[in-house]
Amino acid sequence: MSMSIVFLLFCIALLVLGGVAFALSRAKATRVRASGMTMHAQPDQYAWFAVLATAGPALLVSALGAFALLLMGAEIPVLYLLTASLIIAVIGLAMGLSQVRPAFHARRAIEGVIRKLLAAAALISILTTLGILLSIINEALRFFQMQSFWDFVTGTTWNPGASFLSSAGRAEGGSAAQFGSIPLFAGTFMITLIAMLVAIPFGLGAAIYMVEFAPLYVRKTAKPVIEVLAGIPTVVYGVFAALTVAPLVVDIAGLFGLDASYSNALAPGLVMGIMIIPFISSLSDDVINSVPNSLREGALALGITKSEMVRNVVVPAAAPGIISASLLAVSRAMGETMIVVMAAGMRPNLTANPLEDMTTVTVSIVAALTGDQEFESAQTLSAFALGLVLFIVTLTLNVVSVFMIRRFREKYRVNNL
Amino acid sequence: MSQSFEEISAQLKKRHRRSARMKWMTLGALILSAAFLVVFISDMVVRGWPAFQQAQIQVEVSYDEQSQKLPLAAVDEDVRPLISRGFFRPLPRKMEDNPALMDTTQTQWVIADSRVDQYLKGNEDRLRPADKETLENLVEEGRADLKFNTTFFTTGDSKMPEMAGIASAAIGTVMTMLVTMAVCFPIGVMTAVYLEEFAPDNKLTQIIEININNLAAVPSILFGLLGLAVYISFFGVPRSSPLVGGLTLALMTLPVIIISTRAALRSVPDSIRHAAFGVGCSRWQVVRDHVLPVSLPGILTGSIIGLAQAMGETAPLIIVGMVAFIPDASLSITGASTVMPAQIFTWASEPNSAFAEKTAGGILVLLAVLIFLNALAVWLRNKFERRW
Repeated sequence: MSMSIVFLLFCIALLVLGGVAFALSRAKATRVRASGMTMHAQPDQYAWFAVLATAGPALLVSALGAFALLLMGAEIPVLYLLTASLIIAVIGLAMGLSQVRPAFHARRAIEGVIRKLLAAAALISILTTLGILLSIINEALRFFQMQSFWDFVTGTTWNPGASFLSSAGRAEGGSAAQFGSIPLFAGTFMITLIAMLVAIPFGLGAAIYMVEFAPLYVRKTAKPVIEVLAGIPTVVYGVFAALTVAPLVVDIAGLFGLDASYSNALAPGLVMGIMIIPFISSLSDDVINSVPNSLREGALALGITKSEMVRNVVVPAAAPGIISASLLAVSRAMGETMIVVMAAGMRPNLTANPLEDMTTVTVSIVAALTGDQEFESAQTLSAFALGLVLFIVTLTLNVVSVFMIRRFREKYRVNNL
Repeated sequence: MSQSFEEISAQLKKRHRRSARMKWMTLGALILSAAFLVVFISDMVVRGWPAFQQAQIQVEVSYDEQSQKLPLAAVDEDVRPLISRGFFRPLPRKMEDNPALMDTTQTQWVIADSRVDQYLKGNEDRLRPADKETLENLVEEGRADLKFNTTFFTTGDSKMPEMAGIASAAIGTVMTMLVTMAVCFPIGVMTAVYLEEFAPDNKLTQIIEININNLAAVPSILFGLLGLAVYISFFGVPRSSPLVGGLTLALMTLPVIIISTRAALRSVPDSIRHAAFGVGCSRWQVVRDHVLPVSLPGILTGSIIGLAQAMGETAPLIIVGMVAFIPDASLSITGASTVMPAQIFTWASEPNSAFAEKTAGGILVLLAVLIFLNALAVWLRNKFERRW
């Protein structure tokens, strides 16, 4: 018998047992009630409790068994495991049936089970974070056992490819793999900076117009249009950057007599900026919108013009929120992968010229993991070290931005942010 | 230091001009942002439109013993180089499957080689002069033309641009999304229900809340690292499979669904809960019979938006190996597979320029699906949204 048939039979058996539990305990509860006794719950609730008592422990046991089988490599024959689960299901059925008595709070019992189930689901998000953190830290530590941490942080040469040669025994003198991450972070910061130079003026400008100047119908149509930009997949932006913007940048640079690389840093930076506009505009929109109107009216009553009001009253009041939005946008730009993988270069390059090609942290992560390298190699593990740094930086930016927005919220007692 | 009336009104004029300038500048920012969108979409349409057309040639195909052995012999020698190799390869199999075809000659439209395709679309000219002459004659006779490209929608990836299509990537996307939603919809809704309706206000609850908000801001590529380290190396889930891709995306989509579900639950007024408690419902009964049904449209809207987001995601899937070359679609969730964005990525890195239009064509299909999903979400929200 193949595995899937065994599994199917198990499921069917469990369903049948559950059905039997439901029918029997419902009948029993109805009978008890008909005999004139007052009960704590409805017959259906007793029935559902019996079903839970039948299926719950059985599923738990089989899940635990499967977990042990997969993880610890325990030698439990699947057939035994499933049979044991079924036996437990039968015991559960008997227990559930015996609980059908007037003094038992079936509804409260169900409530307790469901509460635990929901809490368990909520814990999964914690497990995810822990999983990310532990897996990345674990692999990053293995990387730092092979390579020095100091070189990683201060080195200016990123040349992981040589680790392949040296592991193949073909390392020529002096061409050992080098993992100095500074050029990668320089590239990331350069592209992020370009993106922010595009996104912050445009996003903030659009938000100010929509809140302070636009008539309602413009606001109602413009907002969703800008949001569409946020819904476009990043790989599509990547194609746009690589096929359309990069050649354009080269042509325009050529007009000024400048020599630009086809994988220059400007093209992915510009496109990333466009991608982030809706992010900044919708967050700033919310923040500017929740600056109390009394501030605006007070300012206007003093005879100030609208632009002076925006510049001297609204924007300073909303500043913590706007900064928080910008920090979130920076974190998003740093972690953005597809645009830079497709449009930025692969060559680690420590330069301040955005027309040259430079690579970023995320590009190096992808490059390290898509090669034909074994998992244990320093090149593969370097991706996790870079990932760890990326995680820490984005997490810090995020925490700072949450802190800023909380200050804003407390200052103006706004609750919907 | 008194100012004359003229000075003040001149100053006032200047201030009002400055005010108007700010209005126009901010409006300009808004219009330019919208213009980016228009430029972007029209660029993709211009690039991608040709992908929906494919050059075809009408030839006489002779099914006989010789062409069974040597498929190239099935058509005339002079048109042979114009026709896709993808047409010849399955010929012997086709004859085996259908013996009635044997020893017949049929006039049919067959797929042309990608060089012919590119030439007819006016893109580039890599044909030999002799072939070009034959082709010109065929075009004049009306026996070579651009037709609607059904191959693009029915085949998987191929090294031959004229045979490459999105079918296997589309199926891979559907499989991956099924896994994603099967995992993250129940868990996300359960988490949100717990946090909004059940959770006591203690440290643990606060930690979970902060954690979910942080998770939403974690770069997607890190979820790929998690998938690689935990699912593939630790649990041994097969690489490149919809299972591992779907589980990775599920973790990424989870915060989106939790946050939107919580918003939907919060918009249900407390009076409904109070009324239900008042007639003796338990907490779970309140949630199941009153709160969830009322907030369901909001939950679905959030889930569809999360689904659309997951559908366009590429970076974590590259890390877990879903950029494989998949010529044939498989319906198994553990087999190697690819998804639409990954297929676009693969095509975008092909040096052959005929793949450039495939890339843009794939993008158009993906954008159409995503716009449909988002429109569906907006429609759902407008139709069922209640103001309390």
